[in-house]
Amino acid sequence: MSNIPENVRYTETHEWVRKDEDNFVIGLTDHAQHEMGEIVMAELPEVGAEATKGDSMGGLEAVKTAEDFYAPLDGEVAAVNEELEANPALINEEPFAGGWLFKIKASDGSQFDGLLTAEEYKTHIGE
Amino acid sequence: MDKRTPLYDKHVALGATIQSFAGYLMPIKYGTIKKEHMAVRDSVGVFDLTHMGEFRVTGPDSTAFLDKLLTNDASVDNGKAYYSTMCYPDGGIVDDLIVYRIGDQEYLMVVNAANLDKDWAWVQSHLQGFNVNVSNESNETALVAIQGPRAQEVCSKLTDYDLDSIGYYEHTTGKFAGIDALIARTGYTGEDGFEIYMKYPDAETVWDAVVQSGEEFGIVPIGLAARDTLRLEVGYPLYGNDIDHSTTPIEAKLGWVVKLKTDKSFIAREVLEQQKAEKPGRYLVGMVVTGKGFPRHGTPLYSGDRKIGIVTSGSIAPALNQAVCLGYVERGFQKRGSELEAEVRGKRIPMKIVKIPFYTEGSRK
Repeated sequence: MSNIPENVRYTETHEWVRKDEDNFVIGLTDHAQHEMGEIVMAELPEVGAEATKGDSMGGLEAVKTAEDFYAPLDGEVAAVNEELEANPALINEEPFAGGWLFKIKASDGSQFDGLLTAEEYKTHIGE
Repeated sequence: MDKRTPLYDKHVALGATIQSFAGYLMPIKYGTIKKEHMAVRDSVGVFDLTHMGEFRVTGPDSTAFLDKLLTNDASVDNGKAYYSTMCYPDGGIVDDLIVYRIGDQEYLMVVNAANLDKDWAWVQSHLQGFNVNVSNESNETALVAIQGPRAQEVCSKLTDYDLDSIGYYEHTTGKFAGIDALIARTGYTGEDGFEIYMKYPDAETVWDAVVQSGEEFGIVPIGLAARDTLRLEVGYPLYGNDIDHSTTPIEAKLGWVVKLKTDKSFIAREVLEQQKAEKPGRYLVGMVVTGKGFPRHGTPLYSGDRKIGIVTSGSIAPALNQAVCLGYVERGFQKRGSELEAEVRGKRIPMKIVKIPFYTEGSRK
């Protein structure tokens, strides 16, 4: 069974979203990192890039597969996780902590409330 | 309905990620692919490869039949094995396979699981005129591979047979873990190792004995994902990725298994002879990624603005910590050291053509 913490929200494309002080932090869910296997490269967006809900923001390369990840909210990229450059396996090891991907400064914070709850995400992945 | 190998319950108990592959529910990985990969490079791993297909060829014309069907020379000594391609009349590859010569009039062909039905039909359609019998033993033959530098130490405890006397691509029939088996020093990893063929009901006995014998060497079960990275790291082609009906062995740099210097009239001989003389329009090459990125099967290759080829396999090479690819490039671009680019998500990634194998430290004897 995957770890699906209740203090974050989720997307159908397997991102988690957490409210930070000024921004929203985005990462890959435990379920998705497990499905992908060992991640060997994270291609992250540029800080300042425009984020449009549902658009691809970058890609993750695992040993056997590659997947894009998507903006869960509209806004602007406020930060990216520089640690992943040297250590992309953090996404596997600490998907909800040190393995975060990027932050968005949202233009409409209320979009967050429309994201999936832990319970809804659990149903979405069939657990 | 997918088939289960006789070791299916073992894989489930080990927590394997199981997926359908070539009609079988197969273990893709048990833990992490890199760890499985490195266990085989550094020590030893055990694989369930029961999905592979086995055809037994017997009868007075066995050698002549295989010499017609396969591009390599069937007249090896008893107890030897050989790798070969099997071609369509147009030179395209039906499959690549290993053939074990069991006796004067007996061979065992081991074919790719994904090609089993096609291969069986192909073999059947060429029987006429040959005094041979071919039986499909795929559904009763299990295959357990033990691969890695410590493989012989693991296996020597399980048989009275002197394994030193079995050279690379040689085999014997005898007792292994107390059951009747074909014991071969073959593999698909670039490491020393053995492949043990047995009847279905004996598979669990062999698996358990190997796991127990290998415990002191840290033996781990290896899934199909690491099998793929292991073979790619030593540049072995995979049917369906790097070779298929649209490629010939000459293009795939498998000319060494096309015996044009013999007088055997195998299927596609003339076409391959002509292609070799005129040189093919493209070649399979090995490439390392010198930039940042992971080109995969189907990724286009460019020299400047010109599309000159395509990637057929791509992954990280765990023992080298480097992204590597196999792919075809147009003749004229295949020179070692040549630089080219792959296009991934609209971005160009620099690549360089290098010698195969990528990994050269393997324990293969």
